[in-house]
Amino acid sequence: MAILRINNLTQHFGGLCAVSNFSVCFEGRELMGLIGPNGAGKTTVFNLASGFYKPTDGEIVFNGNNIAGLKPHQVTAMGIARTFQNIRLWNDMTVLDNIRISQHHNLGYSLMDAFFRTRRYASQESRIESTAREILEALDLLEFAGELPKNLPYGIQRKVEIARALSIKPKLLLLDEPAAGLNSSDVQDLIQLIRWIHSEFDIAIWMIEHQMAVVMNLCSWIKVIDFGVTIAEGTPDEIQNDPEVIKAYLGDEEI
Amino acid sequence: MRRFSVPALLLIMSAALVGMAYQEYIDLYIQSVMMFICINIILSSSFNIVNGFMGEFACGHAAFMAVGAYVSSVLNVMLFTNDKVFGPPVLSPDLALYFFPLVLLAGFVAAALAGLLVAIPSFKTRGDYLAIITIAANFIVTSTIINIDTVGGSRGFMGMKKIIYAMEDVVELPWMLIWVIVSTILSVWLIRRFVFSTYGKGIIALHQDEVAAEIMSVNTNKMKVIAFMLSSGLAGVAGALFGHILGYINPGSFGILKSTECLVMVYLGGMGSLSGSVLSAILFTLLLEGLRFVIPWVDGGLHFIHLLPDAYHLSQVWKWVIIPLILILLMQFRPEGIMGNRELSDVFPRLKRWYSFK
Amino acid sequence: MLESIFQNLINALQWGSFYSLIALGYTMVYGVLVLINFAHGDIFMVGAYIAFFIATFLIGHFTLPGGAVLALSIPLTMVLTAGVGVTLERIAYRPLRRKGAHRLYVVITALMCGLVLENGNLALLGASRKSFPELVDKVVYTVGSVSMTNLKIAVVISAISVFLILQFIVTRTKIGMAMRAISYDKFAVPLMGIPIDTVIVFTFVLGSSFAGLAGLLFALSYPILDPFMGAIIGWKAFIAAVVGGIGDIRGAFLGGFLLGFVEILVVAFFPSTYRDLIAFTILMIILCVRPTGLFGVAKTTKI
Repeated sequence: MAILRINNLTQHFGGLCAVSNFSVCFEGRELMGLIGPNGAGKTTVFNLASGFYKPTDGEIVFNGNNIAGLKPHQVTAMGIARTFQNIRLWNDMTVLDNIRISQHHNLGYSLMDAFFRTRRYASQESRIESTAREILEALDLLEFAGELPKNLPYGIQRKVEIARALSIKPKLLLLDEPAAGLNSSDVQDLIQLIRWIHSEFDIAIWMIEHQMAVVMNLCSWIKVIDFGVTIAEGTPDEIQNDPEVIKAYLGDEEI
Repeated sequence: MRRFSVPALLLIMSAALVGMAYQEYIDLYIQSVMMFICINIILSSSFNIVNGFMGEFACGHAAFMAVGAYVSSVLNVMLFTNDKVFGPPVLSPDLALYFFPLVLLAGFVAAALAGLLVAIPSFKTRGDYLAIITIAANFIVTSTIINIDTVGGSRGFMGMKKIIYAMEDVVELPWMLIWVIVSTILSVWLIRRFVFSTYGKGIIALHQDEVAAEIMSVNTNKMKVIAFMLSSGLAGVAGALFGHILGYINPGSFGILKSTECLVMVYLGGMGSLSGSVLSAILFTLLLEGLRFVIPWVDGGLHFIHLLPDAYHLSQVWKWVIIPLILILLMQFRPEGIMGNRELSDVFPRLKRWYSFK
Repeated sequence: MLESIFQNLINALQWGSFYSLIALGYTMVYGVLVLINFAHGDIFMVGAYIAFFIATFLIGHFTLPGGAVLALSIPLTMVLTAGVGVTLERIAYRPLRRKGAHRLYVVITALMCGLVLENGNLALLGASRKSFPELVDKVVYTVGSVSMTNLKIAVVISAISVFLILQFIVTRTKIGMAMRAISYDKFAVPLMGIPIDTVIVFTFVLGSSFAGLAGLLFALSYPILDPFMGAIIGWKAFIAAVVGGIGDIRGAFLGGFLLGFVEILVVAFFPSTYRDLIAFTILMIILCVRPTGLFGVAKTTKI
């Protein structure tokens, strides 16, 4: 069964059509790219998939469930995790807390348990903590567990954000311009990281990215949109040589 | 051992206080100051949940105090006393003592439900607009009470003193002091338990980045409801205790001035610091009481050095110039308050040896 | 029946004028600073008291006819009240703006300044109410069985004139354009060579002087002054500004009259103690259902 199937997704904002008849299908563990010029509607597609907007038209089906119109926290609980263009970590809480909070869909205890510190509370909190530590360790971030994100280098912050997304054990990971703001050595690390995540975890990854090195290196399939309309899709080679894509976005320079 | 150090300390201090009150080593005035300190602690820390930890800008905390005060007072008077409007007591006054916690709980629930009045608008609005909504809610609550004649309208409501006498008739102890201390400890304890759990940290996440919180599976609307209801409910408890101590309540005492006091306490202590709000409540209450004496002295002094005309005397109204002024100065020079968003254990790490704080 | 409707209409117009005059100040400052100047209602109160002192001073020290006192009082009150507003901006709001303080802190400061003005007045002048001298003989005009005084007419005409003046300033003058520009993008404006502080001070001058005028007119109409008169009227004017769409002058103007009408309607059918309750309930509802008001434009946040 397909993990994610989007059919004819359309989104209007007033008179503006941001996304038009967008369709995509994730069978299992693909690493797919979504590229296009600024304002093409890429983030809007992600926002629709993660539940921030209710689509004007079209359907979004995740693991057989229709998720169009669900609230973001419900979509996340079902197994789609997402990062943002501008890193949205909680800067005044420790890295460990940042990861722990993403377990909110799966706390395992109620408010009363929290008030009275029942045994269930204690066992669930320790499970949450160990899950958080596990993911930090897997991504080599355990040393930063007690730090505040605002004090960490940008590349590490990006890693923490990805770790936070992974901690909900998603089946689909949406990465919105993960390489934005990274210097070239951090970009190399990021490429390695994403490749590693893709092989280690049972997960499909969908990535918006402007840095072609990242996209062409990692993705097995790329969709290109412009003004909300899909103008091309294919393998990296096909996309790089597609005249429509070159005209709209890539330009004539060598990649 | 570390787990019990602070509870034990609190128990000893409370028992000592109650004992001294019983033996009348401390007079009624000091007792009432202590009780007002405790009530302000409840107000300040409950308000901090919404304004500090959750980072909203609510300005109408007094409204929930009013709801709690009126509901619990009317309930008590109706059930246990002979009243002009409500008639003879429904239950025997001897039971007033045992029912008091239940009446407080009723105040909590009523105020928590009133909290929905601001929780629901908060789903879609923040910042200035939420401030206006909460101030409007404050006015609406007080205006509504003014229009209800059975509870006295703008003339106020009384009869709570009889409840205290009824309680003292059963067992002779300074009951209001006991109830106030127990409620305060319980409130701070509840808030602490909530805010330091992963569950409660959701509201801090909400504050720092609501979009990220929502996407990281935090049900932001539910958290807002819980935070507002807990905050208002505890304010209701504070209001209920306030009403019973004074023996008389009227809508005027729960208006924008009372809400301003709560604002001062929260921002003085530090948004997002529980120990900060406890500290600032203590400081602020002492300041208010202190001004009661300081203003006449200053008045006398200024007259002595002929700085003030003879006909003019500094009245207690200057309190209400000084308090907003404190907050203005705070906003200018130290907006993060005394503790910022740190707790006592962050400022004095050595304390961690004596008590496991989190 | 018809006469009482017209009578109520006249009253609604009068109250609406007061609300409009004050609402205009709220909306201008919000448009330029994105700040709800909670102290504005108290500036209205200060204006009324300034007018009182000026009028009693002029009457006491010079024997001038009432009309002349009025003619002198109007500009003096407006200038002095503008001074109060500008002082407030300079001492309380500007330092925070310089520091780039969070808007929350500025709003709290505004709330507190209002309280300081109210209680300061009470503390300095005492609780005895001041009575504004009668400067102009009331002339009652009667059309059919509807009566209106020259004062009420003057109030309405003032409100309309002020609105037209402001509308002219905001749409036709350079500084008005600067005011509008600031409301769109505060950071770009200094980069374009416009002195942002000057524009802000100008906004406060406008808003406060018209609030002062409203204070004077109110004192003439209802001669008993008390320190808290600005509080509730300020809130009503604020409701009017929000209902109309805060940030837009037309919204404030129309919102003021709308609120005036609603209140008169309410008082016609309900006991007068419900008036404030209903006004605030309307505010709540509008803020929940259509927070941008009639003329306002919704702002969306990009995720």
